[in-house]
Amino acid sequence: MSGGFGRLLRAELTKFRTVRGWVVTMIAAALVTVLLGLLSASGNHASCGFGPVETACPSPPVGPDGEAVDDKFYFVHRSLSGDGGITARLTSMTGQIRKPDVVPGQRNVVAGVVPWAKAGVMIKESTEQGSSYAAVMMTGEHGVRMQHDFTHDVAGRPGGVSKQAPRWLRLVRSGDTLTGYESDDGTTWTRIGTATLAGLPKTVRIGLFATSPGDLTVTQGDLGGSVSAARFTEATGEFDQVGLQGDTSGAWRDDDIGVTLAPDGSEHHPGRARRSSVTDVFSVTGVGDIAPTIEGSRPELPLSGALTGLVLVIVVAVVFVTAEYRHGLIRTTLLAGPRRGRTLAAKALALGLVTFAATLPAVAVTFTVGGRILRGNGNAVLPVSLFTQVRVVAGMAALFALAAVLALALGALLRRGVAAVITAVVVIVVPHVLATTSVLPDGAARWLLRVTPAAGFATQQSIPEYPHVLGHYAPIAGFYPLPPWAGLAVLAGYTALFLGLAIVRLRGRDA
Amino acid sequence: MQATIEVNGLRKRFGPTLALDGMSFTVRPGQVTGFVGPNGAGKSTTMRVILGLDAADEGHALVGGQPYVSLRRPLTHVGALLDAGALQPGRTARDHLLWLAHSQGLDGRRVDEVLQQVGLRSVARRRAGGFSLGMRQRLGVAAALLGDPPVLMLDEPVNGLDPEGIVWMRGLLRSLAADGRAVLVSSHLMRELEDTADHLVVVGKGRVIADADVTDLIAAASKGRVVVRTAARSAAMEALERVGAAMAVTGLDAIVVSGLPSERVVAVLNADGVPFSEVAKDRVTLEQAYMDLTADAVEYRGATR
Repeated sequence: MSGGFGRLLRAELTKFRTVRGWVVTMIAAALVTVLLGLLSASGNHASCGFGPVETACPSPPVGPDGEAVDDKFYFVHRSLSGDGGITARLTSMTGQIRKPDVVPGQRNVVAGVVPWAKAGVMIKESTEQGSSYAAVMMTGEHGVRMQHDFTHDVAGRPGGVSKQAPRWLRLVRSGDTLTGYESDDGTTWTRIGTATLAGLPKTVRIGLFATSPGDLTVTQGDLGGSVSAARFTEATGEFDQVGLQGDTSGAWRDDDIGVTLAPDGSEHHPGRARRSSVTDVFSVTGVGDIAPTIEGSRPELPLSGALTGLVLVIVVAVVFVTAEYRHGLIRTTLLAGPRRGRTLAAKALALGLVTFAATLPAVAVTFTVGGRILRGNGNAVLPVSLFTQVRVVAGMAALFALAAVLALALGALLRRGVAAVITAVVVIVVPHVLATTSVLPDGAARWLLRVTPAAGFATQQSIPEYPHVLGHYAPIAGFYPLPPWAGLAVLAGYTALFLGLAIVRLRGRDA
Repeated sequence: MQATIEVNGLRKRFGPTLALDGMSFTVRPGQVTGFVGPNGAGKSTTMRVILGLDAADEGHALVGGQPYVSLRRPLTHVGALLDAGALQPGRTARDHLLWLAHSQGLDGRRVDEVLQQVGLRSVARRRAGGFSLGMRQRLGVAAALLGDPPVLMLDEPVNGLDPEGIVWMRGLLRSLAADGRAVLVSSHLMRELEDTADHLVVVGKGRVIADADVTDLIAAASKGRVVVRTAARSAAMEALERVGAAMAVTGLDAIVVSGLPSERVVAVLNADGVPFSEVAKDRVTLEQAYMDLTADAVEYRGATR
């Protein structure tokens, strides 16, 4: 930074802090963000019932990488000590799906498998939910896959399975490394992938499994928006030619991992397994999923107040420049810094820094304290990594700063305070409101959050979209069409573009 | 840096109006140069072009040999007062100067010095929005002095000042010139500059009409005119008419004679025995000289345009 620019930057910072109204409004923006956020967190209560008894909601299990997971499946397994492996031939995959009731109260169940129903072979650290695993499986519609530790998914060959065209699956352990293979004939094997499960104990569980996530239906709301529902399904895998290698002592054990109990003590939607000792045929039926979960309170929920804070930031940002035109002060500014591009850039940077500094603590407090309030109210807040938390907080402060500079650029272009504030709110705030409330269809909402400056809000999304988990990934559910940094980049692009136009206009005209 | 302003062949058009039409002049150090002309003559536009605020269609303006835009820490080269009302109302006088000081790498101490110099020390921490026009003028002068520049440009600095303020302003301008600075002061009223300016640049319709020292300008306007005071006015007129002088009656006992030096007038009157009480060179005021010069250049006179 050259001395000249540094002096201009310092002058603009002095300008900002010496007008009390601007400082007060900026602080108000930070406080509004915190207060509205904490208020919305306080209003979010969750409680779970166990029959007539109200209980605390259980926290979802957590996978080895720290994310909340579904870990619910039927497991037929033995103990494996040291290196070894399992090979099985899958001859069929069937299931049933409960569809929306046609006759109210009468269950409408049809035969079929959902796209991510799974049946295959698995090696897992233990039968505890969330423990490390690797598995090679057939899926409902996505062919053979190798998955491990919930978030990792590698595709094998596509296609289905039948008695005429069975699929051979194999999983081999060598120390921490597990390798998945598949074959059509049990002779020629193709490697799918490998997984390194750091710290896998010597003795692990090895066996066959099946599971089937709920059938997701998304319906268009009457006034725009959408409603999603998941209904019961189950999947059954038929295996034969099951072979084990290595030290697999002990008998086969059946476990319905993660099954929930009804108030009367019975299992709710239990899985099951049949085994013919004569033909060595296994039939495993499971309900659930082995995948990261996206159901639960997202930790960025308390940041909803940021939208109101942002409107105040926009007002200050616009007035920071239009007041100079209104009072003729722009000429004094240009006498002090006659290189106009630099002068406006210094002003923009000063505003960006002030906004970032004011909103960073506000967002950090809202996020952490709001999260604590949510958990205190019984909400199961989805855990996210420290890196994600820092990214959400710093990203939101960056969004405030970029939006402020964009508003300033609009103010410099339009030179009218009211017009610039309205324009900035319309391009930054309104698209986000439209996209995240039940106003627009999901497609239009995604489109808005891709092409408008509101794309920057993607930075607050803490739970990622998983390609191997079917979900209602819509803005209304907190899922943005662009990744966090790409969203911020769209906003930054608009900011740079309009600041550039403002500089061109400032240069090209008599002041 | 030399303390000069050079304006060379500036032309600028605002739509159909030719605002500057070959404006050229030089402002030298060590004197107060008055920049006078009727409203609309192009004074403010010229100043704005010099300061890089407006772009000229043709010609160039240099401050100390450089275009304003290329100056580093420009307020330490040129101090300008253009519009004393250009203030953020909510900002205090001191803070207004403080951000300007920071933009030039100066600090709060310099701000306090100039506030002292213009007599605003006691109201330094009051909001500028509540200032009278006179106080704003003083604050504007303080801003111009902030960088201790060798060149000063003040657009109508006396506007809004009370009589005491006018005296103060004149003294300040004189002392700034005495320091060796180049001081350009514009006004549309010649009498405001009468006791202040050493040199005048008189403009009309976007160009320079006269560019001369004040003493030369008055001398030129007075040239060849002689005032005669006599009780025998008609006798004196008869005598002078015979030798071909042109005359105008300016009072019961006074005539102004043109075309004859004062020695010849005395000789003619003595030869005819006409009594007279005074024969003297006519001293016109600066105001009269200015009115003569700008008579053609006034853009708007009365209701006709």
